[in-house]
Amino acid sequence: MVKKLAALDVNKCIGCMECMFACSRRVGRGGFDKSAIRVRSAGGIERGFVIIVCRACENPPCARVCPTGALRERTGGGVILDEEKCIGCVFCVQSCILGAIFWDNERNKPILCKYCGECEDYCVHNAIGLVDLNVGG
Amino acid sequence: MKAEDTKRVLSIDLTKKDIHIVERRDLFDEYLGGSGVAIKLLEEECKPGTDPLHASNPIIFAVGPLTALYPSASKTVAMFKSPLTGNLGESHCGGRSAMAIKLAGYGAIVIKGSSDLPVYLAVQGDAVHFRDASSIWGVEAHTAGRILREVEKGAGIRTIIRIGRAGEKLVRYACAVCETYRHFGRLGLGAVMGSKKLKAIVISADKSIEIPEATRREYKKVYDELHDVVVKTDAMEKYHDLGTSGKIYDLNKIGGMAYKNLESASAPEEIARELSGENFAEKLLSRRVSCSHCPIGCVHLASLRELYEPGYYFKTTTIPYDNEPIWATGFMLGLRSAEDCLRLIDIIDKSGMDVMSTGVLLAWATEAFEKGLLTTEQTNGLALKWGDVQVYAEAIQKIVEMPTEFYQNLAKGVEHASRVYGGQDYALAFGGNEMPEYHTGLACYLNNLTGARHSHLDSAGYDLDQKLMGKEFSLEEVVSALVQEEEWRQILASLVVCFFARKVYTADRIVKALNAVGIENWTAERLEDLGRVIHRAKMDFKFREGFSLAKLRIPKRIFEVPTPHGFLKEAEMRKAIAIYGRMIGREVPVMEQR
Repeated sequence: MVKKLAALDVNKCIGCMECMFACSRRVGRGGFDKSAIRVRSAGGIERGFVIIVCRACENPPCARVCPTGALRERTGGGVILDEEKCIGCVFCVQSCILGAIFWDNERNKPILCKYCGECEDYCVHNAIGLVDLNVGG
Repeated sequence: MKAEDTKRVLSIDLTKKDIHIVERRDLFDEYLGGSGVAIKLLEEECKPGTDPLHASNPIIFAVGPLTALYPSASKTVAMFKSPLTGNLGESHCGGRSAMAIKLAGYGAIVIKGSSDLPVYLAVQGDAVHFRDASSIWGVEAHTAGRILREVEKGAGIRTIIRIGRAGEKLVRYACAVCETYRHFGRLGLGAVMGSKKLKAIVISADKSIEIPEATRREYKKVYDELHDVVVKTDAMEKYHDLGTSGKIYDLNKIGGMAYKNLESASAPEEIARELSGENFAEKLLSRRVSCSHCPIGCVHLASLRELYEPGYYFKTTTIPYDNEPIWATGFMLGLRSAEDCLRLIDIIDKSGMDVMSTGVLLAWATEAFEKGLLTTEQTNGLALKWGDVQVYAEAIQKIVEMPTEFYQNLAKGVEHASRVYGGQDYALAFGGNEMPEYHTGLACYLNNLTGARHSHLDSAGYDLDQKLMGKEFSLEEVVSALVQEEEWRQILASLVVCFFARKVYTADRIVKALNAVGIENWTAERLEDLGRVIHRAKMDFKFREGFSLAKLRIPKRIFEVPTPHGFLKEAEMRKAIAIYGRMIGREVPVMEQR
């Protein structure tokens, strides 16, 4: 079954950013400027947190607007980036109303969730996790 | 950026509205970061005898080599000369401050000078913007944060450190508020910022640290090991479930907690139940949050829903609570409900004062009022009374407004106020800093007296007292354990890891963690030695600024109320202080017993 990452219960999120740090750690970075997931407060910590990550939409707008075919639909859902084809036009970022496509300023390429689940391992409060693609979220 | 690139000090001059960025590998290589680097910078920047509220008093923020790289390395150290004690000022805070400073590319930030008009600073990588803060001068800490959140970029990846009105008005124990619910609480950083007309500092993270290719695999391995230990030690259960307030009920039960200005060392059972962490969690807890890069989530927020005007005008306020604020308001002021604690914590937080100092000060004032030492003439009409939350709320406002000389004196702390009005025997300050809650035995007070910050977190004497229950021990053993603990904590505070994760970061794990990010040549012995060096450097600063072990004032009250170890004796306490002096190479002249 094809997987995607999902916010399982945003009320359990404590805003520790472990998921963000885990994502950049995959590429040997301490920090989160290479991360495909973001957590921020929903306008003040008292209102809780917002978890922003690719939800692997059906018929994804980001793939549709990509002029070079660098972003294409993954079989079963979600998108795959072919970096060689990417010209850094930022159309994909503009097309994602969730704000779930981030930008790598050093490389001038988009940062997209690869649905690998690395971040899930560090979310000890079970706010996020991998789910089967046909299951809601 | 490389880890090496974060060994930079950003120096900001508020007088000249100018900045300099200097590489200081010499400092970071030798002293790690945090407290170690901060005390060296303080030595460089703060001349002997500096007036704490003068432009020449520097503010230093420092993070460490583990910041943004390992779990629970989430704290920032602030150092300055304290306007409360006239001596070493050091305060630690989490929130998002540490990761923001580090990932903006700095190991430390030094703020000097004083602005002619209110300003706030926006630090975005190498660019520092001086912005006019006239429109938010006079605005309470929470509102100032809310406004800056809107006008500055970087939501979610920045820190907003700001002061309330207390800081602007130079209340000597004003704090700096960080991410609304965290604080550089103790020793008056807020007043130092206020004296510089510095309302806030917004620092945004915009980089990451490249782990050397050669150690990447090892880095991930060490990270996982540390993460595993963090979430599996008792820290998780202890601090996430009920939070720091989880120990209140038990501490009260053993008679180890000052109640009503230490009229006794425990509150009545029904009060203890009402003010317990369990009761707060069940009745009022609304959310648990954490500092950046810490999976524990010890920060507990309560929701208080109140009808504030007839006609269904309700308001719901989110208020942080912790062990110390509950004690300083609830226990020290004889409040009767958890809701009353929250009301006072909220007012104190918004005005931007240290809740511990405020509680101790008002407790002294209440007792002095009860004893007829203070009158309504002085208090501007307020009849201070245990448990009267309304009167306390008004008193707090008056400390900020300072309508009379009395409140001007209260704004200088309990040491000062009691020197003016009397009642020193029950003015519960040590080294000029208002006491923490513990009345657990000899060690907690030795900690208060000899700790470099006069903070319970210096050497955790309260913890030692509880470990020594039912055991035989000599004064030498107690003093030696405290010195050792304080020395080791300098290392934790230089890395900088949260003290709640102290059991995770053992010397061996620290060495491994440093190696895995390319910081080599550290051993357990070298760390231990450095802990001692940093501790002595801090003490040297204190002695340079007039600190004297022989002249330490010990309020009589602590000898009049039994601790779980029985009554404490002044002669013994003085003897222990002398032993401490010898251990750190500072002979204490023999003083006549008072």
